[in-house]
Amino acid sequence: MNVFQFIVQNHGEVLKLTREHLWMVAASMLLAVLIGIPLGILITRKPGLNKPVLGVANIIQTIPSLALFGFLLPVPWIGARSDRLAILALTLYALLPLIRNTYAGISGVDRSVVEAGRGMGMTDRQLLFQVELPLALGVIIAGVRVATVISVGLATIAAAIGAGGLGEYIFRGISMVDNEVILAGAIPAAVLALLADFTLGWLEKRLSPI
Amino acid sequence: MSTSNENGPVIEFRKVAYRFAGGQELLNGLDLQVRRGETLVLLGRSGSGKTTTLKLINDLVAPSEGEVLVEGRATTQWDPIRLRRGIGYVIQDAGLFPHFTVERNVALVPTIEEWPSDRIRKRVSELLQLVGLDAGLAKRYPRELSGGQRQRVGVARGLAADPPILLMDEPFGALDPITRAELQREFLALQQRLQKTVVFVTHDLREALLLGTRIALMEAGRLVVALPSREFTKSSDPLVQKYLDAFGARSNGDRT
Repeated sequence: MNVFQFIVQNHGEVLKLTREHLWMVAASMLLAVLIGIPLGILITRKPGLNKPVLGVANIIQTIPSLALFGFLLPVPWIGARSDRLAILALTLYALLPLIRNTYAGISGVDRSVVEAGRGMGMTDRQLLFQVELPLALGVIIAGVRVATVISVGLATIAAAIGAGGLGEYIFRGISMVDNEVILAGAIPAAVLALLADFTLGWLEKRLSPI
Repeated sequence: MSTSNENGPVIEFRKVAYRFAGGQELLNGLDLQVRRGETLVLLGRSGSGKTTTLKLINDLVAPSEGEVLVEGRATTQWDPIRLRRGIGYVIQDAGLFPHFTVERNVALVPTIEEWPSDRIRKRVSELLQLVGLDAGLAKRYPRELSGGQRQRVGVARGLAADPPILLMDEPFGALDPITRAELQREFLALQQRLQKTVVFVTHDLREALLLGTRIALMEAGRLVVALPSREFTKSSDPLVQKYLDAFGARSNGDRT
């Protein structure tokens, strides 16, 4: 049986796993954006926090994903449900690209433009929302894009802790030594990653001001 | 901005020094007054401290020693936002917001001052006319303009809320000679009409002589001399002489 026949025959399950996959990625990206972008802004305002914040995000990034899922298991409430746990782990992984790109985007705004704004009496808040963030938006979206693509791939590992998603097929295929089943998980995951990449790339171009 | 002391200096530097946190000195012992309605040119080479002097006026940098008074009050006593909104600021390459149209750039200060929108619209078209820009450019973005047009927008933006003081940091420095001459002429005509108190930074002696009512020559963080423009070329100060030499403008006849 080839992989496409397999997908067609099991389309109900493929859709269910794809939905679970999307839910994990979307929820974790939403959380990561809500945490990462404000943190990125914060470290442009308090340079002393720059090193510790980026350092911690960096360290999280170096923890092997399977180990991170394992570490989070004993955490109360989080460890109680595997999808919560997966979402938290994916959120943590997405933080670094978000914080770093927000920071780089804002720091990269032409200094003379910012100083002109300041010199004309804009408040820090006005500078941030009217000048710095709009001009950094392209770079920030690029961070969201990288984080999302990584997250779609990483979410396959969530199946190892029973959180579902397209990783189910990959792990099942490995234990059955059946390439078709592995591909039935891997191909839809790759398509999701490409779609996310394309959509956010388009958004990035649309929202880049210059 | 209050104009309580009509006859006192509009801006006054009292024994001002400015150092970086690391101790590197950019300005020292600066005493200088700017009178109402004059165009004071800060002349000097790169690193002489002229831009820092300018930024002390609108509190973009704070003095390490001494004080800078604007309308009789130390800049450190002003609310920086109020102070800056009462001072027009025009910089090299205009520093326009690339994601704002010409119109929104010019309207910046009136907008953050929350003027009613019809008053802003009227003011913008008035200003575009004042600086010689076609009204059709209002919806364009800065990248769609020539260097000269961008600089005109910069001047219009600086004048938008009709501030009594205008700070200009090498506003015409990046322009080709012909456009520069054109803008310099227009600046003179404009200044004759508006009678702002202008502090103008340049390294170009010709520009200083053309535009300034007074010239303050700076070197290595110190004020060398401050003289009315027509006396400047007659000064016997060796540094002034050096400057005149460099521009081939020495007038006392010891060169053939």
